[in-house]
Amino acid sequence: MNPSSDTSILTDMTNWLQHQRNRLIVLLIMATAAMFFPLIANNYMLEVLTNAWFYTILCLGLNIVVGYAGLLDLGYAAFFAVGAYTTGILTSQFGINFWLTIPVAVFCSMVAGIIIGGPTLRLRSDYLAIVTLGFGEIVRIIARNLEITGGASGLIGIDRPFFFGIELSQGLHFYYVFLFLAILACFVSYRLQNSRLGRAWQYVREDEDAAEAMGINRVGVKLYAYVIGAMFGGVAGSFFAVKMTAISPETFTFSQSVLILLGVVLGGMGKIPGVIIGAFALVLFPEVFRDLGSMRMLVFAIVMLIIMLYRPEGIWPRGKS
Amino acid sequence: MSTQDIILQQLANGLIMGSFYALVALGYTMVYGIIKLLNFAHGDLYMVGGFVGFLILSAISGVLGESWTAIVCSMVLSMLAVGLFGVIIQRVAYRPMLTAPRLSILITALAVSMILSNGVMSITDGEYMAFSTDLGFDGLDFGNVFISYTQLALVISATVLMLVLYFFVNKTLYGKAMQAIAIDQDACKLMGINVNRIIALTFFIGSSLAAAAGVMAGVYYGSLHFSMGFVIGLKAFTAAVIGGIGSIPGAMLGGLLLGLLEAFGTQIPFIGSEWKDVFSFGLLILLLILKPTGILGKTEIERM
Repeated sequence: MNPSSDTSILTDMTNWLQHQRNRLIVLLIMATAAMFFPLIANNYMLEVLTNAWFYTILCLGLNIVVGYAGLLDLGYAAFFAVGAYTTGILTSQFGINFWLTIPVAVFCSMVAGIIIGGPTLRLRSDYLAIVTLGFGEIVRIIARNLEITGGASGLIGIDRPFFFGIELSQGLHFYYVFLFLAILACFVSYRLQNSRLGRAWQYVREDEDAAEAMGINRVGVKLYAYVIGAMFGGVAGSFFAVKMTAISPETFTFSQSVLILLGVVLGGMGKIPGVIIGAFALVLFPEVFRDLGSMRMLVFAIVMLIIMLYRPEGIWPRGKS
Repeated sequence: MSTQDIILQQLANGLIMGSFYALVALGYTMVYGIIKLLNFAHGDLYMVGGFVGFLILSAISGVLGESWTAIVCSMVLSMLAVGLFGVIIQRVAYRPMLTAPRLSILITALAVSMILSNGVMSITDGEYMAFSTDLGFDGLDFGNVFISYTQLALVISATVLMLVLYFFVNKTLYGKAMQAIAIDQDACKLMGINVNRIIALTFFIGSSLAAAAGVMAGVYYGSLHFSMGFVIGLKAFTAAVIGGIGSIPGAMLGGLLLGLLEAFGTQIPFIGSEWKDVFSFGLLILLLILKPTGILGKTEIERM
């Protein structure tokens, strides 16, 4: 097959996908497959896929900041940490019901987003990158040094939640929990993308000064991106805490933030299907290539460099516009 | 120890750490000044410099031993090697991205940084490498305050490097070309300056200064680890921002200031050494909010 016909098949496919109805069909097939996947999967596959949905949520959250608003956040793991620790501390040390801790976790991560974003979003974008990096480290060091967060060994023995009398403890339960959250995250991302706010983000990303001249509150819309991204991280963190029943500061390192960013970059910044593919690649790749072991991050970093140099729009093909 | 002794000891510690920060901060600030790129990989070049110095030292220790001569030789060779490496990185990864959106080049720099640190991690299996020297433990003894000759020599060599750089940038034609490119790249092209070559030269100098700091850190701490570039990269950036990013004297001043602030900051009650990093990152964030142009930076606020 020569390369030109290969491209035309890809173009045909992209054209076919442009139709709303065709897209819905594909989406429905994929959702059904995801729903019934546990029927054929063993525990290992279930665990891996649960992890993939989990990263999908995180990547979609970071995608709002990086992909939609065009701000580089190198400390995204911090928001995820805030959510996980809020739930962990409230359930294990104060005995509060898990479901009641979610709004608190969301609130705390929003506050974290405002604290870090509020004053710094006025700055140059590369300053923002380094501030978020520093902030991510600060959150991790605080978690390691405080007593309430369990110090370096972290929190253990976080209770499993009950859902209408069923204790969520098996892999199957958490598969559906994270699948549901991932679908919710897709839906929210999709609605945001096409909202007034989503268009404002795009405008600010492409040309900040022109956007401001058109009456868009530059700092305001960036802050929205930041806070909404933080909320995604917070929710994912809450559920992560009860799934793992133990959390430690070393889960929330800089490498974790970079990994989430890689998922966004790999699939294609700002594109929901791309980001999902990126998140899956992130989780499945090390499972398939087990021998890599500690070389995993090295390979990921090389892939990231190659993508930025040769295909900055990511794996997912560009849209029509 | 009396208060005065504590102050003197912390002053010494602060100046030593500060000169490391200053050397690394110089590379940050020069690269930022010339192509407005925040080179995340810069801290990792410091780490690579330390390891290259270690390799060269082990190779030549059979002939020269582990004396000052051998260390100076390995430092100079490491500076040359890492300087070239910096130029290669710039050529392969950064030059094609100069016209791309800022987000892309930042992610590229991040990828380079991850490649360097994880590459060294796979080579060394994540282990600490003992950087052994036989410099002895003699030094100047002021009662309770002790400063070894090694520490003294490190501060002096850092100062010499900075002075050389200062004269290079201000007194030579190449230095003037660098300053000109920082102001207007297109005009420089029209004036017949080979812009790409000067940018490569900037990377060379910045990277070799980082490598010098890396070798010095190996001598000072006696060990090397692949992760040592990450924190120092962040701190050196803090130092560059304190002094005003883009300004060379600013980076020197900022480095020394950050070293001193950190040394004295850990003496404040309730702030033990485990909070040292929080202290400097917190300082960075506060500084960026209150005075993003730094002490010696230009007052214009660019928006990008």
